[in-house]
Amino acid sequence: MSPAEAAAPSPSPALLAVEGVTKRFAGVTALSDVSLEVRPGEILGLLGENGAGKSTLLKILSGVMPPSSGRIVFDGVEFNPHNPQDAKRLGIVTIYQELSLIPTLTVAENIFIGRAPLGPLGLVSWRKMEEDSRAIIARVGLDLDPTTPVSALSVAEQQLVEIARALSLKSRLIIMDEPTSALTETEVQKLMSIMGRLRKDGVAIMFVTHRLEEASAICDRMTVLRDGRLAGHLDRDGGPIKLPKIIEKMVGRAASELYARPTLRDVAGDVRLSVRGLRTVRDPQAPHAIVLEGVDLDLKAGEILGVAGLVGSGRTELARAIFGADRIAAGTITLDGKTIAPETPADAIALGIGLVPEDRKHQAIFAALGILTNFSIAALGRYSNAAGFMAERREREALASYRKTLSIRMASPEQPIEGLSGGNQQKVILARWLARDPKVLIVDEPTRGVDVGAKAEVHQILVQLAARGIAIMMISSELPEVLAVSDRIVTMRRGRITGEMPGIEATEEKLMELMALDQTQEATQ
Amino acid sequence: MTSTTEQTQRGGINVARLLMSFGPLMFLALLIVVFTVLKPSFIDPINIFNIMRQISITGLIALGMTFVILTAGIDLSVGSLLAFCGMVAAVVAKGGTANTLSLSTSGTQGFGWFAALLAAVVVGAMAGGVQGFAITRLKVPPFVVTLGGLTVFRGLTLTISNGGPISGFDASMRWFGTGLIGPVPVPAIIFAAAAILCHIVLRYTRYGRAVYAVGGNAEAARLSGLRVDRILISVYVIVGFFAGLAAFVLSARLNSSEAVAGIGYELTVISAVVIGGTSLFGGIGSVGGTVVGAALIGVLQNGLQFNNVSSYTQSIVIGLILILAVAFDRWLKSRVRR
Repeated sequence: MSPAEAAAPSPSPALLAVEGVTKRFAGVTALSDVSLEVRPGEILGLLGENGAGKSTLLKILSGVMPPSSGRIVFDGVEFNPHNPQDAKRLGIVTIYQELSLIPTLTVAENIFIGRAPLGPLGLVSWRKMEEDSRAIIARVGLDLDPTTPVSALSVAEQQLVEIARALSLKSRLIIMDEPTSALTETEVQKLMSIMGRLRKDGVAIMFVTHRLEEASAICDRMTVLRDGRLAGHLDRDGGPIKLPKIIEKMVGRAASELYARPTLRDVAGDVRLSVRGLRTVRDPQAPHAIVLEGVDLDLKAGEILGVAGLVGSGRTELARAIFGADRIAAGTITLDGKTIAPETPADAIALGIGLVPEDRKHQAIFAALGILTNFSIAALGRYSNAAGFMAERREREALASYRKTLSIRMASPEQPIEGLSGGNQQKVILARWLARDPKVLIVDEPTRGVDVGAKAEVHQILVQLAARGIAIMMISSELPEVLAVSDRIVTMRRGRITGEMPGIEATEEKLMELMALDQTQEATQ
Repeated sequence: MTSTTEQTQRGGINVARLLMSFGPLMFLALLIVVFTVLKPSFIDPINIFNIMRQISITGLIALGMTFVILTAGIDLSVGSLLAFCGMVAAVVAKGGTANTLSLSTSGTQGFGWFAALLAAVVVGAMAGGVQGFAITRLKVPPFVVTLGGLTVFRGLTLTISNGGPISGFDASMRWFGTGLIGPVPVPAIIFAAAAILCHIVLRYTRYGRAVYAVGGNAEAARLSGLRVDRILISVYVIVGFFAGLAAFVLSARLNSSEAVAGIGYELTVISAVVIGGTSLFGGIGSVGGTVVGAALIGVLQNGLQFNNVSSYTQSIVIGLILILAVAFDRWLKSRVRR
């Protein structure tokens, strides 16, 4: 694998130059006069809120669609891919959030898909394919049998396989779209170090991300988009690029308004929800899934309890168990002093529990359906009469009032929800539960895929709901978020609660220690 | 609607939106115009009512199928189920499997049309319920369950009837297939009433919302507190009910229940639903679309026949129209999205 190394030594100016690229759709300008450069052997961060134009730019660069005007130069030649295959052949590979591996095929088959090495009779040479694959995945630090089916790999491993495949295609620019969003802390560290190694090999990387800390840690330079325009370029100047600077470029206002700590609220409510010795069953179908190993927890009326934990700590499993979405093996749950045993979400909802799930697209929204249906679906009984007919006027009035109080930006109640930004979708999902007046609301990663600006709004909404007496359990992997809104914080690790402290006393360092101690020890073994 | 004037973005999108909801309807209108120009007698009320009578059988089943496809399901068993329900209705109507046309006047052992109707729809609904149960509890995909059903119900039909037809019903039963109310055929009225009822259920009731939600995203529906399994079972009960109703009307019209009735109906029915704009992936579609889809197929069949196009060629044309209709729908949607 020498071509990448051979290309590295000559300090060429720019591998990729985007010059004044504009993209219009049916009169809407998604991207306006954007220019940027990526040089060999550097990591460029591409940042911006949702709707800033990042995905449009990625689609243009990966050959999904052409720009309306402007020019792209790749390796000194005008770059006009007609389709994604073209772009790949020319040396630009894009790795999307939703991975493009075929789960039923093996690692080797995926790497060599469409170009399997052939033996003398023109038949596939499986041995050569395996040997070559082993060498290719070793380059990204993967040590596994290439005949393993991809479905048996973790998300992080799959991602590395994609990167390995890109390298084997002799890609010179790898675009990574939110590669870390599904990874644990250790996996992120590993990915970062591989990105660093590729940089040394002279590969150019464009790193598209929401996670500012990570971008700051690894990027040499950053290009920030805002509302389809270039908001500016940032350079690593001695040290890493500072977060407030990035945020200011992204939102066009100072970062101090975001993540403001709330004043300590007086939470004197009674215990609403109490969990004792909660355990879940190990599913033989998913042996690696996290199980709860005896969780004790109290949640008071009017408080926001932050649950901090890394991916795989069991935080989502805890939420699902309380909500009746997963089966419970042992333990008790009491709500307002009464023991409850919800067997389905419908049971939990009837008891006054709501859940805003972690994966909005797959678990919460009905993408193609209108906002009105998305809003009222959990409260159909409240917006219909005894004969089962919808009371549409009441339903619409309710939506209109939430639209105002939660400032949901939408065109009409009939608009399909997929047309809304992540933040507005999340507000509709919050409204869905508010329509039921829940006693307990569990929110899992409430601001995932939500713009920086709308995050603060979602936090504000949660605080207001708590003030109305709702007991809120907020699960999040973003510590600044946990710190910003929680009255009390518990940490989880491997299906257990590992610590608890008042929000006012917590710091990122303290929480991180409780969340990750065990895992970092393991990683060093 | 004829907004050729504005070139604003908004206007452009609205025209596409309009086309999207009325595309099949406009295509239907176009076909009627073409056939009328080719042969003016096509538009005669007699012929129009004839078409309405023709589409009412598959149309009734298509109404039920709309519910199923909205949940991203499919029911391939409807043709066989129709034959089975028809046979059950015949047995009840005549009080046995005797195949005598002359018996109708002195049919003393029979239980009358109402019992026959009731038997057909109850058996249809129960058969649908069993299939729905297999789909939700045994976790067998709808395609497989109803493919099995297709064979099972045909076999049951042949078993009861010994392979032959059961014919000769009394006049009160035949009225449901051949009668007129004013100038309008009774089957057409039954179809229209059922369509309106289905439209109201899907558009204005809690249950209708739930059907769309389950089809739109079953996991989100479950996490929103819907009893997804019950809703899934219910749509197969509904399509079974309509297969039973269609069977009754068909038997009444032909004055006979044939063991080979309804072969291939599942394809016509699914075509009508899909041409009408209901997505096979669930969550999107309407009863209005299905009615238009059924009418489109009916007009096409009748119009081609009217112009002496052979039935072989008819199949080719209808198949191509199905593909084109879906391609057109896709194309429109991709335009709107962009």
